[in-house]
Amino acid sequence: MNALYALIMVLALVIIPLLGAGAAGWHALFGVVLPYLAFTVFVLGFLYRVVKWGRSPVPFKIPTTGGQQESLPWIRQNRIDSPSTKTGTVIRMILEVLLFRSLFRNTRVRLFKDETQLSYGSSKFLWLGALAFHVSFFVILARHMRFFTEPVPALFNWIETLDGIMQVGVPVLFATEIVILLALAYLFLRRVLVPQLRYISLPTDYFALFLLFAIVISGILMRYFVRADIVDIKTLTMGLIQLQPEVPESIGALFYTHLFLVCSLLVYFPWSKLMHLGGVFLSPTRNMPNDNRMRRHVNPWNYPVKLHTYEEWEDEYRDKMKEAGIPVEKE
Amino acid sequence: MAQTPSPDNLVQSIDYTPPRKNWLDNVPPEFRLGNFSYPAKAGELESFFGYEGAKEWSPMDEDWQLPENWQEIIYEGFRERLEKYRSLKVFMDICVRCGACADKCHYFIGSGDPKNMPVLRAELLRSIYRKDFTTVGKILGRLNGGRALTQDVLKEWFMYFYQCTECRRCSLFCPYGIDTAEITMMARELMNLLGIQTNWIMGPVTNCFNVGNHLGIPPHTFKDIVDFMVDDIEDITGKRIEVPLNKKGADILFVTPSGDYFADPGTYTFMGYLMLFHELGLDYTMSTYAAEGGNFGLFTSQEAMKRLNAKIYAEAERLGVNWILGGECGHMWRVLHQYMDTMNGPADFLSVPRNPITGTVFHNAKSTGMVHITEFTADLIKNNVLTLDPSRNDNKVVTYHDSCNPSRGMGLLEEPRYVLNNVCNQFFEMPEQTIREQTFCCGSGAGLNNDEFTEMRMRGGMPRANAVKHVHDKHGVNMLSCVCAIDRAALPPLMNYWVPGVDVTGVHELVANALVMRGEKERETDLRGEPLPGKED
Amino acid sequence: MYDAGKILIGLVIFLLLLTFPFWYSLGQASYESPELQLPEDSQECIRDTEWMRKNHMQLLDDWRDTVVREGKSVYTGSEGKQYDMSLQKTCMDCHTSKKKFCDRCHNSASVEPYCWDCHVAPEEVANGQQ
Repeated sequence: MNALYALIMVLALVIIPLLGAGAAGWHALFGVVLPYLAFTVFVLGFLYRVVKWGRSPVPFKIPTTGGQQESLPWIRQNRIDSPSTKTGTVIRMILEVLLFRSLFRNTRVRLFKDETQLSYGSSKFLWLGALAFHVSFFVILARHMRFFTEPVPALFNWIETLDGIMQVGVPVLFATEIVILLALAYLFLRRVLVPQLRYISLPTDYFALFLLFAIVISGILMRYFVRADIVDIKTLTMGLIQLQPEVPESIGALFYTHLFLVCSLLVYFPWSKLMHLGGVFLSPTRNMPNDNRMRRHVNPWNYPVKLHTYEEWEDEYRDKMKEAGIPVEKE
Repeated sequence: MAQTPSPDNLVQSIDYTPPRKNWLDNVPPEFRLGNFSYPAKAGELESFFGYEGAKEWSPMDEDWQLPENWQEIIYEGFRERLEKYRSLKVFMDICVRCGACADKCHYFIGSGDPKNMPVLRAELLRSIYRKDFTTVGKILGRLNGGRALTQDVLKEWFMYFYQCTECRRCSLFCPYGIDTAEITMMARELMNLLGIQTNWIMGPVTNCFNVGNHLGIPPHTFKDIVDFMVDDIEDITGKRIEVPLNKKGADILFVTPSGDYFADPGTYTFMGYLMLFHELGLDYTMSTYAAEGGNFGLFTSQEAMKRLNAKIYAEAERLGVNWILGGECGHMWRVLHQYMDTMNGPADFLSVPRNPITGTVFHNAKSTGMVHITEFTADLIKNNVLTLDPSRNDNKVVTYHDSCNPSRGMGLLEEPRYVLNNVCNQFFEMPEQTIREQTFCCGSGAGLNNDEFTEMRMRGGMPRANAVKHVHDKHGVNMLSCVCAIDRAALPPLMNYWVPGVDVTGVHELVANALVMRGEKERETDLRGEPLPGKED
Repeated sequence: MYDAGKILIGLVIFLLLLTFPFWYSLGQASYESPELQLPEDSQECIRDTEWMRKNHMQLLDDWRDTVVREGKSVYTGSEGKQYDMSLQKTCMDCHTSKKKFCDRCHNSASVEPYCWDCHVAPEEVANGQQ
């Protein structure tokens, strides 16, 4: 049911540009106005969200330690999973952000009821699927930079060459296109097929997946099946970048659909769970060193609390203490 | 008291398939004896928090008689905490519901209840957050997973945030480090605002604040208990030892959880500390004012935690000690390691802890000024200052249970193992997915080790017990060691239920068994009064 | 603790990356669609321009396969006119300069076809540029 809601929403997002840019021919709206608007919403929204997080302090130093602390000099510390230095913490964060180290630990539990036996198997598919999706996504993003730069910096050429290194077909098939489709399919299927995941999945979880699917598929269609003239497209995109928008007539509805879906993603991004892109950097269980007893952390809103002082307490127990021979302050 | 099902029936009852109905359709949770903790006494809420209007109620009541403006109180409290804790804000926003945490929770593994999946536990709070604190949530409502704050939602909170032991195992596996412990703490604080709290937590909190320890043992009784132990030690070793209480000018203040001097098998560990300190001729003192290392405030609110914790530094300053040594306890060390210095520091009246026997300086505790007893003992053993006869523990085949807090909130993993390997000859590790940073909770942490909650405790403790059973069957392990007072209270019934034949011990009980004291008589028994190996007849 | 400095640095880096195309194009002449040098002595291509722009790569690929694998080498254009399926003999007969024709668009769109791994461009060869 939740998946169906999401599907309907994404289909609506596909139909809008088909009607608007295709049938009605509002190319300037879909080619210029909406992209500018979406980009602005994305940038401002992203900043707003991160600043909003940043306005709340981190009152306590609460790293989740994933290994041996620094203690006695002859005990080998796990400098990455239980870092006590800045460098260690930075390495931990890099591994987390770029390689999804925590997800790499993933295990799967199985209960054999008849033997009352639990077993824990390594389970790396989620890690693989997630990494495959994210890497492909960023490679695809980098490849698209050829539409937004002139001359195209060599870096983007290299990425593109590498991505198409198998030299299959014309235009050359990009590995990331296949990988991202497989990864998205995996991420979707596990949500539908694993009962627990289906139970926790919200319409918005499917929405993000479907939207990405739609973007990838429209992109692939344009490259291989319903060809678009990329020279005209570049005229449009460079016009956007140089703030001299120009809308070549020949560009078709499929391109506007692709662009509109991307705009939808940009607009949706800052208000959704996709903000994990920014949030992972601010997670206090990962980005803080385990040096709690070495360096004091300050809580900006620390306030005095009601205490039961020693003096009050001794007043209550003095006689009993004296009787028992326990030293007291006031005789 | 509810009848706890037999282990077989319990296992058969576990079903990981979630119901068909959408969880957002508020279904009031089914409270039955065995799956919830009794509510706090109105008087204790009043005396400790100054909470007015507390009532006697039961979670099984249809109507919880909430204050008229209870939703407002929750919203206001939620808003305040979002402004105070970046963790809460970020964790509310960035979960992608990937499900990696789902089968990491011992309560989910042992109950199959989908709301015990950490992700869904957090969603219980998030669904309210999304509806009322986010722009998109206000527009999309239910499509965005939002729902209205009703009494049924509150009932769910009470059910499931008191079925979380804040063990942080999920946070280890979360790709964003989302920490359910943090979320549970916030939810419990919010419920606290309505006077919704459990007796098993509120009792110890009030006792600790008023009397000095969770169990409400007054100073003179504390001394009696210590005297009994000193007698026992004399019977076993022939040595009469001194235990300094409230001694001014001592080098070290020793603080340990009250569970250690209240009930077996914690008491043996406590005797172990005393014997070790005596043998070293350590210049230390215990305090009858700060007579509690544990801190049930951690399970209540940050304010309660701070109020209880403040006694330790206050007493260290009053007594003029140089540094503080802490006993074996799990959640106590979460507080001492990650909260104490921030809350009640800076402890500028202390010096950098230095082991007076070996001269080792504990640089890792230079700011907080507090050292874990296994760090201390490991250093002693490494420097060869103890005479140890591990063969006295030869009738014990030992494994080690990492407590959640020292492993995932501190990183204390090797120190106790080093000590154990030097005081006993037969030591076997449980499977690696169940120890060290991946350790499983005893099922009774975070203030849930009460009797009425027994069924859930047995369920939650199942993964831990199952791992013990593995080494029990494979290596004949008969002794489960740990560095946690809640473990020492919670694991014996758990073992009894799942793995009969396995006893529970603190690390320093084993240390004291092996410790050869100068001038001691030939020991016949271990600290429990059971014959040493070779002395059975 | 807020770590405002670190968050700001992070956001600045994020913004710089995000707006890379904007500041990269600063100070550059405004982008013009590539101008191709058209043949002087012939007026029509084998298919119309619009079609060729979108599909020439596919056409060339088909030609190569047809010639090499099937041994056929006659292509019938849209007007019914017949052509030899040959990049060298047919295409480059009119579009003699790779630099002034092919490369103009390919460079702009950052496309690197592997035609030139084997083939040579007539004009550039004649001028000793390749």
